[in-house]
Amino acid sequence: MALPKLEELSKSVAKGPSLMTGGIPRHDWLETTPVFKPENFPYPTNPKRLEYLGFPNPRVWSPEDEDWKLPENWKDIILQGFKERIDKFRSFRIFMDCCVRCGACADKCHFFLGTGDPKNMPVLRAELIRSVYRNDFTTAGKLFGKLSGARDLTVDVLKEWAQYAYQCTECRRCSIFCPYGIDTCEITMMMRELLHLVGISINWCMEPVSNSNRTGNHMGLQPHTYYENVQYLAEDIEEITGVKVDVPFNKKGADILFITPSADVFAEPGIYTCMGYLILFHYLGLNYTWSTYASEGGNFGLFTSNEMMKKLNGKMYAEAKRLGVKWILGGECGHMWRVVHQYMDTMNGPADFLEVPVSPITGTRFDNAASTKMVHISEFTADLIKNGKLKLDPSRNAHRIPTFHDSCNPARAMGLLEEPRYILDHVVPKWHEMPENTIREKTFCCGSGTALNTDEIMDLRMRSGLPRANAVKFVQDKFNVNMLSCVCAIDRATLLSLVNYWTPGVEVCGISELVGNALILDGEQKRETGLRFEPLAGMEG
Amino acid sequence: MATVEHNGHSYEVDEDGFLTKGTEEWNEDWVEYVKGIEGISEMSDEHWKVINSLQEYYKKNGIAPMVRILSKTTGYPLKRIYELFPSGPGKGACKMAGLPKPTGCV
Repeated sequence: MALPKLEELSKSVAKGPSLMTGGIPRHDWLETTPVFKPENFPYPTNPKRLEYLGFPNPRVWSPEDEDWKLPENWKDIILQGFKERIDKFRSFRIFMDCCVRCGACADKCHFFLGTGDPKNMPVLRAELIRSVYRNDFTTAGKLFGKLSGARDLTVDVLKEWAQYAYQCTECRRCSIFCPYGIDTCEITMMMRELLHLVGISINWCMEPVSNSNRTGNHMGLQPHTYYENVQYLAEDIEEITGVKVDVPFNKKGADILFITPSADVFAEPGIYTCMGYLILFHYLGLNYTWSTYASEGGNFGLFTSNEMMKKLNGKMYAEAKRLGVKWILGGECGHMWRVVHQYMDTMNGPADFLEVPVSPITGTRFDNAASTKMVHISEFTADLIKNGKLKLDPSRNAHRIPTFHDSCNPARAMGLLEEPRYILDHVVPKWHEMPENTIREKTFCCGSGTALNTDEIMDLRMRSGLPRANAVKFVQDKFNVNMLSCVCAIDRATLLSLVNYWTPGVEVCGISELVGNALILDGEQKRETGLRFEPLAGMEG
Repeated sequence: MATVEHNGHSYEVDEDGFLTKGTEEWNEDWVEYVKGIEGISEMSDEHWKVINSLQEYYKKNGIAPMVRILSKTTGYPLKRIYELFPSGPGKGACKMAGLPKPTGCV
C-alpha cells in the first residue's frame, strides 16, 4: 500500500472525523479495542534477534492476528513485572499516582495532532496503564473497581498498550506542559519494558539493539567497514578542500574519544555532518580518536529496557577507560544525550577514571559535564567560536537558508538550546527561526523517534511529523528557508522523508556540516562545492 | 515470514520481500523474479555490474555499501542507479542482490 497523496492526507488530518476536528467519540474509551492493520504497527521483531539477546518468547507472530502467541501465564508475568517496577522506580509510581487529568497535555502531542486519536492524548495514553495500576496495586481500585477508574488486564488491554506505546516517540513535549511534570516518556518506557517480558516488540528497534550488541553499532558495521567508511569520507574532503585529514582510530593515550551515531558514517545526509567533524578536528589538530568498538552514540536500549540501555551505554565508558582518554566528545546524536545526562550516572557512573572535560584549545572547563565526562560537539564548537579560535567564511553557506529544529532530547533532556544557534549565527549569512511554540523546549518531534523511523508505518509518520513540517512550511513560505538543520541522527534520516513529503525543496543537515563548509583550512584550494559536492553560491555555472 | 515461488524455486522472504537467508539462498532465478516486480524489462551489463558489486562488497563487509561507495565502485552516479533500479539502490538493487535492509538511524 502506497503512502496517500499529500492532498488526501492533509484533508484527512484537517477534516476527517477525529477528536481534533470536533468529532465526538461514540463509545467510551474503555469500550473501544485496538485495531491492527497493515501500516499502523511496525513489523514485530524477527525471533532470531530476541534469541540472540536472550529476550523472552521469540516467535513469528503478526499484530493483525487474533492470537499473538503469548505465554500461557502472560498476565502473571506482566503483573509481576509491574510490581517490580513500581517498587524499583519511584518516578513510575509517582506518575501512576499523581495525574489530576487537567488535560494540559492533551493537544501538545504530535501523535494526537496528526491522528486525532483520543488515545494519543498523553493523559489517556498513560491512563491505558494507570487503569491497570489502579486495579491491581491500589486500595481504591481494589475496593471500588471500575468506579475508581480501574480495569482488569486483558489481552485487548495489552494490545492497546502495544499500539500506543509505539505511537509515542518519548519526546517529552507533553511533560513540559504538565503542572506535575509527569514524564510520559517514562510511562511509555515502562509499557514497552513490560511488553518485552511477553515477547511483544518491534524489529526496527531490536535489530539495531542486537547489531549494537554484536558489532558495537546500529548498522552492524564491522570494524574494518566502519574504518573504511570514515576514510572514504576523508578522501571526499581531500577532493573538495585539497587538504588531507587524518582519521585516528583506536588510539591509546589520545586526549579525547569521539563517539557519534553510526548513521553519520553510513547514510546521507549524516555523512556530511561527519565530514564536518573531521574537518573541525583536523583544523584544531585535536589529539583525539575514533573507536571501532564504541562505534555508536545512539542507544536503542533506551527504547527497549533499562537493562539494555545500561549495557549499551556501558561500552562507551569501557572503551574510554581502555584507551586511557581524558574525556569523551559526543557527536550530533539525539537520544544519546538523554541517556548520558539523565541515566548514565546512576547506571554506569560515576566515571571517576575520566577527567572533568577541559577544551585543549580554549582551556574552558565543562563543569556541566563534571560527572558524565561527556561534552556535546555543539558546546565544544560554540566555545571555540566564542574564543575566536575558528576562521570561518559564512558566505560558503550562502546557498543555504537554514532554520533550526531543536532535536527533542538535546533540547529537553540536556538544555542544549543556545549553542547550535550561536554556531549558526557564525557559519551562515542568515537563518530563520520557526514559530516560538514549535522550538526550544517546545520543539515538535520529527514524529519518528524511538525506533519508529521505519518505512512500513509511513502514513503514521507523516501524520505525527505534520506539526513539525507545518512549522517548516511556515518559514519556507515566509523566508524561503531551504535547509532544516538539526543535531540528531534520527532527525537527519526522518526529517528527510518528512520534508520530501510535506515541504519539497527543503533539505536536511547537521550543524557540523555547515561548520565544515565555512571553516577555512590552512593550505586549502579554492572551494567550488560544499561537502555534498553541490556548487557553492556563484559557482553554479 | 512469507514464501515466494518462482520457476520452481521457493524463497523465504521478509515483510518487505527481501530474502531472509540472504545471499545463501540467492540465485539467478531470484534475479528474474525481482526483475519482474521492479518493472525492469531486460537485465543489462550495467544491472549486473551493480548486483555483482553489491555482492562482492557484502561478502567482505556483511552489510550493503554506502550509496556513494556503490557509485564509486560501479562508476554510476546515483541518478543512473535509480534509472537502472526504479526503487533505488536499497529497495531495488539490494533486494535483487539478496542483501538485507540496513537499520538504525537511516
